Amino acid sequence: MNRRVVVTGLGVVAPNGTGVPDFLHAIQNGVSGIRFNPQYEALNFHCQVSGIPVFDWDHLKNYVTEVTFHGLKGQGIGYAIKAALDAWKDAGNTLQPEGDPLWDTGCVFGNSVSDTVVIKDIIARVDAKAAKKLGSRVIEQVMNSGATAYVSGRLGLGNKVITNSAACATGSQAVLMGFEYIKFGLAKRMLVGSTEHVDPYIFGAFDSMRVLSRKFNDTPEQASRPMSATAGGFVPGSGAGALVLEELDFALARGATVYAEILGGANNSGGQRNGGSMTAPNNEGVIKCLKEAMTNSNVTPKDIDVISGHLTATMADKMEIRNWIAALGNDINRFPVTNSLKSMIGHCLSAAGSVECVAVALEIFHQFIHPNINMEDPNPEIVDMVGADVFPTTCLRQKINVVAKANFGFGDINTCLIFSKYENNG
Amino acid sequence: MKTMDKQTILDELRKVLAPYTENKEALNTINEHTNLIKDLKINSANIIDIIIDAETRYDIEIDVDSAEKMSSVGSCIAIIMEKMQEKQC
Repeated sequence: MNRRVVVTGLGVVAPNGTGVPDFLHAIQNGVSGIRFNPQYEALNFHCQVSGIPVFDWDHLKNYVTEVTFHGLKGQGIGYAIKAALDAWKDAGNTLQPEGDPLWDTGCVFGNSVSDTVVIKDIIARVDAKAAKKLGSRVIEQVMNSGATAYVSGRLGLGNKVITNSAACATGSQAVLMGFEYIKFGLAKRMLVGSTEHVDPYIFGAFDSMRVLSRKFNDTPEQASRPMSATAGGFVPGSGAGALVLEELDFALARGATVYAEILGGANNSGGQRNGGSMTAPNNEGVIKCLKEAMTNSNVTPKDIDVISGHLTATMADKMEIRNWIAALGNDINRFPVTNSLKSMIGHCLSAAGSVECVAVALEIFHQFIHPNINMEDPNPEIVDMVGADVFPTTCLRQKINVVAKANFGFGDINTCLIFSKYENNG
Repeated sequence: MKTMDKQTILDELRKVLAPYTENKEALNTINEHTNLIKDLKINSANIIDIIIDAETRYDIEIDVDSAEKMSSVGSCIAIIMEKMQEKQC
């Protein structure tokens, strides 16, 4: 159990940057990826803004064979392929089209639903009595494991290949699962991440729940406002994040660059009891998860330099801060510096956790803390609890060692990961 | 596209097959004996896509029993010609 797990490769497709260099520039400079969405307007949504990555579909020809590219339609799968293969190459690996499976390397890649636009096409054809014309390429794109299957097959991954799904906790849960497989000696290396496509059907249903931003349709870049007094719901986002995790010795033996170390984490459920429900967390479960993540990682609350929150810009923001306060306890000198990537990219649902983990790894490697944008009017109830100073509104260049990253999802699912700067101390 | 000779059908078939094979050299030199799976390395699952595309291109319908015989370029051409003729009757 003394195995150490490190992050050696990163890939990202985000509303404010496709590819690590663009994404890094965007999060350091507080660049919003939220734009007006004319389709949402045409469909009479309350919310008419969203975060959609700038994505050149033909660019995928550099990632998959011509035969695979022909007939590929699932946007979420496309994002996953780009993010995952970029992470793989970033870790110093090559794309081998042939050869034996990599038995030591597995994959955990998550999503909420498969691409509903592809599902819609199937439904339309079947209902028009043209099922015969569907062909062989649609099932692989509507099966929940589609993204994972494309990615692992392209790389020849031969260890566990798993598709996880835990709503908005999916991405960080995938990272934690990959971490655990390596920690427990079941794999040497895991490609982990998650993907989400911002399609109108899923977000139409969220719109109906009245949980999306609707008061900033004319000023899209201001629409995602976690912890702000004027926060009025989250902004639909989409994209994919991917990380290559490796056992430290395995990574060092091949001379890999280490972005960060993962010390541990925790994943639980509040059981939808004692205030928890399908859509709201049982606070006791959240606090237990955050505490267990620290315990499992052998860190104390004082060690936490930065909190990368879930913080979506809903009523739940203040509850989340309250839960962090409870989990950290009374021994801390001050509440850790806290940020929410969602202020720049909206809420990418299943992809949120993995994209945010990519941001955390970059913050640790390059030693900065990305800003919270749209926080010129901090929520007074939150300020009363921890003050306004803990929420940076410009990029901070300072030494950071330990970052806690949490996500919470429908179904009362909680995940927290503890990342740290990698120190070669044997 | 009422009548087509064998060569025309073969030229059209080459376009139908193109998206499903990485082996462009073999595609350029196909003849009646070329096997779709062995020679062109086409994934067996894609044969159904080729049949669907061929139905559109030649404006014909290929039934399941006929489709099962389409393993070589020669058998493809024979079945396509047969279905085109049936349609003219």
